Amino acid sequence: MKKEFFKISELLEKDSKILDVGCGDGELMKYISENITEDVRGLEISKDNIQKCIAKGLTVIEGDAEKDLQQFPDSSYDFVILSQTLQAFLDPEKVINELLRVGRKAIVTIPNFGHWKVRLNLLFKGTMPITENLPNEWYNTPNLHMCTIKDFVNYCNRRKIKIDCANLSYVNFFSELGIFIIEK
Amino acid sequence: MYKIDKVKKIVIEKPLKLDCGRTIQDFPLAYETYGTLNEKKDNAILVFHALTGDQYASGTNPVTNKEGWWSYALGPGKSIDTNKFFVICANVIGGCMGSYGPSHLDSAGKPFGTNFPVITINDMVNAQYNLLDFFKIDKLFSVIGGSMGGMQVLQFISNFPNKSYSAIPIACTASHSAQNIALNELGRQSIMADYNWENGFYAENKKVPDKGLAVARMAAHITYLSKKGLQEKFGRKLQERDDLKFGFDADFQIESYLRYQGSVFVDRFDANSYLYITRAMDYFDLTKQFNGNLSKAFQNTTSKFFVISFTSDWLYPTPENRDIVIALNAIGKDVGFVEINSDKGHDSFLLNVPDFLNAVRNFLETSYKKIK
Repeated sequence: MKKEFFKISELLEKDSKILDVGCGDGELMKYISENITEDVRGLEISKDNIQKCIAKGLTVIEGDAEKDLQQFPDSSYDFVILSQTLQAFLDPEKVINELLRVGRKAIVTIPNFGHWKVRLNLLFKGTMPITENLPNEWYNTPNLHMCTIKDFVNYCNRRKIKIDCANLSYVNFFSELGIFIIEK
Repeated sequence: MYKIDKVKKIVIEKPLKLDCGRTIQDFPLAYETYGTLNEKKDNAILVFHALTGDQYASGTNPVTNKEGWWSYALGPGKSIDTNKFFVICANVIGGCMGSYGPSHLDSAGKPFGTNFPVITINDMVNAQYNLLDFFKIDKLFSVIGGSMGGMQVLQFISNFPNKSYSAIPIACTASHSAQNIALNELGRQSIMADYNWENGFYAENKKVPDKGLAVARMAAHITYLSKKGLQEKFGRKLQERDDLKFGFDADFQIESYLRYQGSVFVDRFDANSYLYITRAMDYFDLTKQFNGNLSKAFQNTTSKFFVISFTSDWLYPTPENRDIVIALNAIGKDVGFVEINSDKGHDSFLLNVPDFLNAVRNFLETSYKKIK
């Protein structure tokens, strides 16, 4: 399993109720259901991935986070997880609001555009950065709204969303991935 | 019509109050089973059939000698694996494959015809519930059905919230749409316009409104397919001729195909049953039963739901299936949902659609492991 998923799992509380938004093939959900809580659901847009989730015995709903999160009642989950897809939405702000409405807490991970490799790439090569977390070319990337860890933290502060990030400038320079718990 | 002497039946002695107000009792319910009920009696699945289905879901239908209507999905080693599960399927009341219906004789010894009471999906489900008592099954492992069968799944869970561990409503709706009522009415009017229908009392006069029933089937059959599916299978291909004949014979393959579908249907289906069952579908509105709040229909259930729709189904399109998912999510019930890619229209659930068949198999297998 991806290191990111272990990190996310460490943030979850035992026997809590969890919704994994954009759960992919269900790798994280499966780990959660076996180790943390059986009460875990997924929302996924890809039909192929849904088939993989069903084969793993996971409960998944086909849907698009940008419009289908609205069917879930307020605070109906303890944790809502959004892993590395925030930047791919047409309206990330709306999605963040929905995550915070549906979940008591939301765990959001973002590929950090402020990482030193990304910065050097742009500075010296003068081309759009391609890294492990950002493997696509500018013309075929699904990422519409790239941001840095600093951008995201600043955004949350401005919107009065609770977020914790010590040593922000350091983290923003050295982390390829930002993993945050946010709450209203 | 066929002889239906060899059909398995239970006679339900307990009075059943129908939604129309009338009470029926001592009435037959025809059923078939597949697989073996295990000792713990935890492997039973109740399958509900669609409008023109019957209890012969798999294997050879002993009455028509044709393959059962769900042979792709149900049988030994299939998605609904009868090596593992015990499957019960009953003919709905109002039907014509041995269950109490309009072709049955009344106390005077004449076929009921249109004196048969109007029945509803609720009535069908309440009648079939007696099968649990008959087989002494305390709790089913699953209830499954497509189209009208899916409606019965929803009604069953609503009526008996803790009698099944899981529920798979497929290509259905919680509330029959105006379009579907309209299409059913087209079929009924076609039957009633047949001179031989005789207000529903054709059987006692040894007549069959087969022309009207065939046209009803032809019209309905179109709605089970998709435009793309029809175009790919038939296009403008001609039927055993090199050129148009400038007449009204079946020049096109699609015409010939529909005529054939109509003609074989009248051999196995009763026209009055077609009226009664389509009426039951039209009356189905689970949302209204709960004063406009569908979630309340499922408030008390602990069942694990898996809702399935198909991309090219325009009869019970995805949004109507999704409404069921939304209602369940609104009250935090356990529900999964997938829309399967298929060009085969509403009929997809009856056909060889691998993504669909795999999804059902995987859901049943993984869910069954969990209750073990």
